[in-house]
Amino acid sequence: MLWYIGKRLLQLIPVFFGATFLIYFMVFALPGDPVAALYGDKQPSPQVIAEIRAQFNLDKPFIVQYLIYIGHLFQGNLGTTFSGIPVIDQLKQAFPITFRLSMLALLFEAVAGILVGLISGLRKGKIFDNSALVVSLLLISVPTFVVGFLLQFFLGIKWGLFAVTVSPEAPWGDLVLPAIVLATVSFAYIVRLTRASVSENMSADFVRTATAKGLPRRRVISVHILRNSLVPVVTYLGVDIGSLMVGAIVTEGIFNIQGVGGTVYKAIQLQQGPTVVSFVAVMVIIFMLANLLVDLLYALLDPRIRYAK
Amino acid sequence: MTTTTDTQTQAANGVVKGAPLLEIKGLNIGFKTQSGYVEAVRGVDLTLGQGETLAIVGESGSGKSTTATSIIDLLPGTGKVTAGEIFFEGRDLVKLPKPEISDIRGRLIGYVPQDPMSNLNPVWSIGFQVEEAIRANRVASGKDVRKRAIQVLEEAGLPDAGTRLKQFPHQFSGGMRQRVLIGIGLSARPKLLIADEPTSALDVTVQRRILDHLGTLTRDYGTSVLFITHDLGLAAERAEKLVVMYKGRVVESGPSQEILANPQHPYTQRLVAAAPSLASRRIQSQIAPSAVHGDAVAEAGSDDARRLQAAHEREQIAKHEAPDFIKVENLTKVYKIRQGGFKSTELKAVDDVSFEIPRGTTMALVGESGSGKSTVAKLVLQLESITSGTVTVGGSSVGALTGKDLFNFRRRVQPVFQDPYGSLDPVYSVGNTIAEPLITHGVGDSASRQARVRELLEQVSLPISMINRYPNELSGGQRQRIAVARALALKPDVIVLDEAVSALDVLVQGQILNLLTDLQSELGLTYLFITHDLAVVRLVADKVAVMQKGRIVESASTDEVFSNPSKEYTRDLLEAIPGANFAFGK
Repeated sequence: MLWYIGKRLLQLIPVFFGATFLIYFMVFALPGDPVAALYGDKQPSPQVIAEIRAQFNLDKPFIVQYLIYIGHLFQGNLGTTFSGIPVIDQLKQAFPITFRLSMLALLFEAVAGILVGLISGLRKGKIFDNSALVVSLLLISVPTFVVGFLLQFFLGIKWGLFAVTVSPEAPWGDLVLPAIVLATVSFAYIVRLTRASVSENMSADFVRTATAKGLPRRRVISVHILRNSLVPVVTYLGVDIGSLMVGAIVTEGIFNIQGVGGTVYKAIQLQQGPTVVSFVAVMVIIFMLANLLVDLLYALLDPRIRYAK
Repeated sequence: MTTTTDTQTQAANGVVKGAPLLEIKGLNIGFKTQSGYVEAVRGVDLTLGQGETLAIVGESGSGKSTTATSIIDLLPGTGKVTAGEIFFEGRDLVKLPKPEISDIRGRLIGYVPQDPMSNLNPVWSIGFQVEEAIRANRVASGKDVRKRAIQVLEEAGLPDAGTRLKQFPHQFSGGMRQRVLIGIGLSARPKLLIADEPTSALDVTVQRRILDHLGTLTRDYGTSVLFITHDLGLAAERAEKLVVMYKGRVVESGPSQEILANPQHPYTQRLVAAAPSLASRRIQSQIAPSAVHGDAVAEAGSDDARRLQAAHEREQIAKHEAPDFIKVENLTKVYKIRQGGFKSTELKAVDDVSFEIPRGTTMALVGESGSGKSTVAKLVLQLESITSGTVTVGGSSVGALTGKDLFNFRRRVQPVFQDPYGSLDPVYSVGNTIAEPLITHGVGDSASRQARVRELLEQVSLPISMINRYPNELSGGQRQRIAVARALALKPDVIVLDEAVSALDVLVQGQILNLLTDLQSELGLTYLFITHDLAVVRLVADKVAVMQKGRIVESASTDEVFSNPSKEYTRDLLEAIPGANFAFGK
């Protein structure tokens, strides 16, 4: 098992270099001049421009720029933005917020989604199931910002249950409403996934055998149906960690949260290579670690999956 | 209808044998479907005394499993008891509220399901699943639960039960899993055990060991057993009383020996006649292999006689035509099993196998599951690559074929697989399924292909109207006919039949075997017949090779193998056929 984890962690290395190289290249290849973009209408003298270009190594060929960036990275220096803010500070500022937001969303969609999906699957064709299906279809088809604004209006403004916007430090409490908005689509998918999985397992032979053994229904559901139904749901949750962080861009916009989404968006507009690459690299690593976690969870849920040592 | 109970009283563990334990009266069970309400069980009566064993026999869809599961309120889907009573120890189970039924399940009525592969939860350990049954039925508590679990499993015949508790179902073989399920079913020493086709998914030798063991256990505990089976021979051997069901009704019931020796209802008569193991052994024991004609034939079942007659004709053909039409020499297949990392161990699935099949004859490859017989089929079909050795069909070496030659080879050698539910594409209509090989190989135009499909449907005795129907609308037998028609579409020389009749009921099995025999004499086909069922072999094969652990342990003409098996293993296989030593009437 440890061997397996080690192997998976080693795989991070080539992916890390590949991802950073690609992103760096893409930012480099963007049309327009970052220095010109920095100053807008009031362009400085060519001499000043040349100086800035030299300071940020923009005058060197692409591959040299990339190697310099990587070199600095290994010394713990992620570079600075053109306006002089160290990228590491941006990371420290934005990531915890988005992380808290994503985790809350993940918690919400997992708990609520599995619960609703389970009840739906057990009562297939009944009123609860039908309404859950309609609601989940609605949540999937309506864009996030519509749901966001609606919840913001009703829960935040009209009934005053939650804070309407999030303060810059974004404490956990402020993030509850945004997390619910962020989780809506995934919640709907998890409801459907759990429901399908549960109703399939309900008619499984081993469930009938469990009943025939004399187990009470409650135990049959919790021990024999639920655990078997969780495998596909866990896969989905793992992939979703990544998309929650990226998808946060819209939600962060609605609630004015200073998270990863907004920061990366601004950095792309300004062609701030180091910022974009650093953020994306961290996201790639989080994504891969999440996938590793899911694979390990698999083995825990289903003993038929055993990784080689 | 005779329901006279055995009035002999016999003390076994204090149980008075014969006093009624389970009494079903006028039971009706219906299912709600999209096309309306379907009655699956109609007016079933049966009585099972204490310590008795009763078998319900019937083909799939006869309502035998439905009747059994209704006793403990485990009907699938929309199934409901619509009329009748099920008395168990004087209480009517139909009217009992759910919690009370739940209390009876496991504790008073044990249940052993059909398929050991799907009836244990794959994500929990064996120990967990046995222990929870023991706890739920309050048989033991605390530390005694584990002790009791080990005891239960050991009683069910599972060796080293103590160390195996931590293992998971996928680490067990089918036979071991079935022992676990039997252990669970008997863990609370129930008064009644419902065994729903408990061994039909297992090899004959494993089946016999398990049934012997189950018989001993239930006799010792004085447990009554309700057996559900499609296998007449098994029912005759294991049960004192028989109930024959057909299309939801009980058509005959009474003591097993009487029914089988003198079946009254036409359906029972057909069932007795079609059970291949029984009739064929009778013929074989009475007449010399060479004297297939004459009075002996008239005495035997006409179907079997026809097949034996055809076999005799084939023998004549074989003498004249290419004796090594299919030639397999030193065939070996090695699979690498990954052990993780770069390590791997080798598994010899097929080990130095050689045989020859003359043109126009049938060779049967027999063995238990895991003996490598299906791998040989795959190698002959070139669906797997050969590790070493050669397979030649009609003079050309199969292993060396590539590209266009391989494509042409496929045209001449066609497969029919075991599972007629899995081997037909559910979204292809019958017509498209049969026409597909013609299209793939660019045979004829659309009109001539249509004509060929009609011709093929006729050949396999299916109505032309079936052309636009889909596999899910057809029965297992009809599907297998379509699989045969598809294999015939390209006018092949060789058909490889991999357990082609194993999934079918005896009556349907007989029909398909007849069809195959007729087609063989009509079209001069050569069959490689893979099966675990020796009873079927006797009827269709000219030569038999018995495989064990990848090797051929015995290879001879069918008559020689059956009348004079030279290997212990072959004798075991023959002995294990249910009903082999049972006298049957016609």
